[in-house]
Amino acid sequence: MIKKINLYNLFKIALRALNANKFRGFLTMLGIIIGVASVITMLAIGQGSKQSIRNQISQMGSNMLMIHPGSMRMGGVRQDASSMQSLKMADFNAIKEKAENVLYLSPSVSSSSQAVYGANNTPTTLYGVNSEYLDIRKYKVQEGDLFSEADIKSFAKVCLIGKTVIDNLFTNGENPLGKYIRFGKTPFKIIGILESKGYNSMGMDQDDLLIAPYTTVQKRVLAINYLQGIYASATDEESSPAAVEEIENIIRFNHNIKEGAEDDFEVRSQEEMSSMMTSTTDLMTILLSCIAGISLLVGGIGIMNIMYVSVTERTREIGLRMSIGAKGIDILMQFLIEAVLLSFAGGIIGVIFGVTTSVLVKVIAGWPILIQPWSVFLSFAVCTVTGVFFGWYPAKKAAGLDPIEAIRYE
Amino acid sequence: MSKEIIKITDLHRNFIVGNETVKALNGVSFSVNAGEFVTIMGTSGSGKSTLLNLLGCLDTPSQGEYLLDGIKTSTMSRDKRADMRNSKIGFIFQNYNLLPKTSAIENVELPLIYNPNIPSDERKARAIKALEEVGLGERLYHKSNQMSGGQQQRVAIARALVNNPVILLADEATGNLDTRTSLEILALFQDLYKEGRTILFVTHNPEMEEFSSRNISLRDGKIIGDTYNSNIKDAREILRQLPKSDD
Repeated sequence: MIKKINLYNLFKIALRALNANKFRGFLTMLGIIIGVASVITMLAIGQGSKQSIRNQISQMGSNMLMIHPGSMRMGGVRQDASSMQSLKMADFNAIKEKAENVLYLSPSVSSSSQAVYGANNTPTTLYGVNSEYLDIRKYKVQEGDLFSEADIKSFAKVCLIGKTVIDNLFTNGENPLGKYIRFGKTPFKIIGILESKGYNSMGMDQDDLLIAPYTTVQKRVLAINYLQGIYASATDEESSPAAVEEIENIIRFNHNIKEGAEDDFEVRSQEEMSSMMTSTTDLMTILLSCIAGISLLVGGIGIMNIMYVSVTERTREIGLRMSIGAKGIDILMQFLIEAVLLSFAGGIIGVIFGVTTSVLVKVIAGWPILIQPWSVFLSFAVCTVTGVFFGWYPAKKAAGLDPIEAIRYE
Repeated sequence: MSKEIIKITDLHRNFIVGNETVKALNGVSFSVNAGEFVTIMGTSGSGKSTLLNLLGCLDTPSQGEYLLDGIKTSTMSRDKRADMRNSKIGFIFQNYNLLPKTSAIENVELPLIYNPNIPSDERKARAIKALEEVGLGERLYHKSNQMSGGQQQRVAIARALVNNPVILLADEATGNLDTRTSLEILALFQDLYKEGRTILFVTHNPEMEEFSSRNISLRDGKIIGDTYNSNIKDAREILRQLPKSDD
């Protein structure tokens, strides 16, 4: 009568074998722990760096979109784009309401004139925007406050001031906060100082500006009711093209532009920036794949060796078990259970160890880290599968041996 | 006449080494009845190990018949032979082959754990009984590496006994032990013989034949002698005559 040995007994056999050789079990597990932990840590550091590079590029405003009125032909004559008055607050509101890929949105009007304080004066540009403009252009308020919704509603004569303008007007080093300056004919109270951004890649001084509520600039400086432009930022770099399309559709609908007809506006994105971004992140992705691949390979080979050796050195034990009546399948199952238990326990400890190490790297060395679920899953899966396979394979070989050969194995 | 435990007829076993065929066994026939204590004697290369492997269902013959307890085994599958080893045969090896760092009781339980019909409490009871039978009732939980050679071989004998086999197969079971311990183990075998167990003891030591009831000599894969011994020497008697050891 051939009856299959029950699984409970096999578990008992496997647990007894593990219990009798705790140190060997520990060493085997250590191989897996180190394999899993090193892969997780390497990937966490790699992904952290990738993320931080992305953020830095993003800081430069790579997801910024600009909407301007387009040039149009009127009676056969192409007009200058800046003279168009087609962009209205209605467009701004429609985008704000409907566009899903847009994070920040600001109307934009601007005027260039002399700014005057006391005996000093300097030519500068006054930008009329809302508070989200600072997020779009990555400006920060260094001192003082941003203007409020109430300021926008009441056409308040308040402004934020850039560093270059301060240097030119406040030559005695006095604090500009709360002081009044004159822009053209209009007086403005300085309520905030902008953090310096320096020159941009085109060589333009980004600190030579004043920022005021767009309503104030529209009514009190320019006396217009249209917008010269709209600034927006897409939720992230990837959604930038989608945001462009969305905005185009919304404005075309608003302006009643028929299918096939020419747009009376233009949406521009930071093509150069985003292509730089894409190539950088692509490079980082390749780098990361290499790191992950090599870590997995090294971890896997370590696990493979320790599993193979620890099963092979037990060939005599296998021979003995077979000589007292264990079948090939019993041996195989026992070693499979042992390998699964060791690999999973090692894998779980490895995950804990790897996450802890990553956090320590962040806390102690201050490196940016990012642990992604897929990297944890990948390392766990590869290492445990390797562990189980290389526990199973030599056991299968040994189970196929003649008991006499196995028991005499040196 | 008592029951035939082993019946082999014209057993051959050939090994192919390179392009030569080595006839390790060349037409061996004999029967062993229940309650016999048979020594199989032969120098190395005589074919005694090959014979033992065949009798122990570890190997299959190239030619010939082997009936164990009335069951034809020569054409059995691997798994069926494993079942035979588990239920009919008790193996005792020269180097004990206990599981390392494992208690005596767990070592003895091992054959029963591979038999799904035996519940765990019965398994334990039978293991304790077998260990008591070989005089290790006090050392149930000693680990194999904490025991002397003689004690380890006793554990191995208990392991061979625990499944109530129809035959005990010993392969140079005293080969690794000193004279005194050898005699002690031999005395244990003689006790088992007196209880009516069937024992087949393979050895190269010619002195052994005086302690068994029958001796089969092998040379070059053939039987050269098969003698019954009516004047069995008592191992315990000789043990008493030995000068006292230190312990």
